[in-house]
Amino acid sequence: MKRYIMEHTYSIEAGNYAVAGEASSSIKGLLKKLGIDGGIVRRMAIAAYEAEMNLVIHSVGGSLTIKIAPDELLLISEDGGPGIADIDLAMEEGYSTAPEEAREMGFGAGMGLSNMKRCADEFNIHSDAGIGTKLQIKIYLK
Amino acid sequence: MNILDVVECVEGNLLTSTQNTDREILYGYSCDLLSHVMANARSNCVWVTVQTHLNIVAVASLLDISCIVVPESIEVEETTLQKAEEEKISIIASKLTAFEICGRLYDMGVKPCK
Ligand SMILES: Nc1ncnc2c1ncn2[C@@H]1O[C@H](COP(=O)(O)OP(=O)(O)O)[C@@H](O)[C@H]1O
Ligand SMILES: [Mg+2]
Repeated sequence: MKRYIMEHTYSIEAGNYAVAGEASSSIKGLLKKLGIDGGIVRRMAIAAYEAEMNLVIHSVGGSLTIKIAPDELLLISEDGGPGIADIDLAMEEGYSTAPEEAREMGFGAGMGLSNMKRCADEFNIHSDAGIGTKLQIKIYLK
Repeated sequence: MNILDVVECVEGNLLTSTQNTDREILYGYSCDLLSHVMANARSNCVWVTVQTHLNIVAVASLLDISCIVVPESIEVEETTLQKAEEEKISIIASKLTAFEICGRLYDMGVKPCK
């Protein structure tokens, strides 16, 4: 079992664009304060933001958790549905089911999951249609 | 160039208070799709977008973007400006089109983000 020296969970509300991004900003601030390398902070900030926005736009609500170990950062996104029926399709750049209101705001480019994967050293996604989605993004510190 | 140079170059108005004028702006990026910005914008760049809602400040702040230029005199929401003030992101309004803003910045030596 990996020993994490710090852990923080943020609850993310569906459809609340007014506070969207605050969890990611808080995670970024936390990592910066710990003196973590700027390039790594940036990668985690991008991944956290894309995960947070997916919870806001696509899920019924969920949580974002950051865990910090001496040698790695782990971001976990979990939600209570609706789940993703076809993950390979969802991972394709440009594929998006974002509603019109989100698209008007510039969301829904269909690049969120691929942005997360690109920023991660390890990327894991598990989803059960009707139940929920769990995402894990690991970034090595060493 | 710094933020005040950008204001002058795009014949803009600074909608936020003057800050970060010491930050050197070397790069520029223009897109209205936020995941493209997350993927491509570099830190300390100028970002040209027609989006004016609150979330652009979160994007800029997460990426350490120095300033946002809004083209075609599009009005920026008060809540966006307040948040930008808090996050120390400058927002500039310009009457020029995004195309001309980018062209002028490019001519002044601002480089693409990639
Ligand atoms: N947490 C989630 N719950 C349900 N569906 C999701 C979730 N995250 C992503 N998706 C699905 O995967 C698609 C692609 O996601 P993404 O690459 O982030 O692009 P975008 O958010 O721009 O649509 C979404 O349009 C949506 O259909
Ligand atoms: Mg997304």
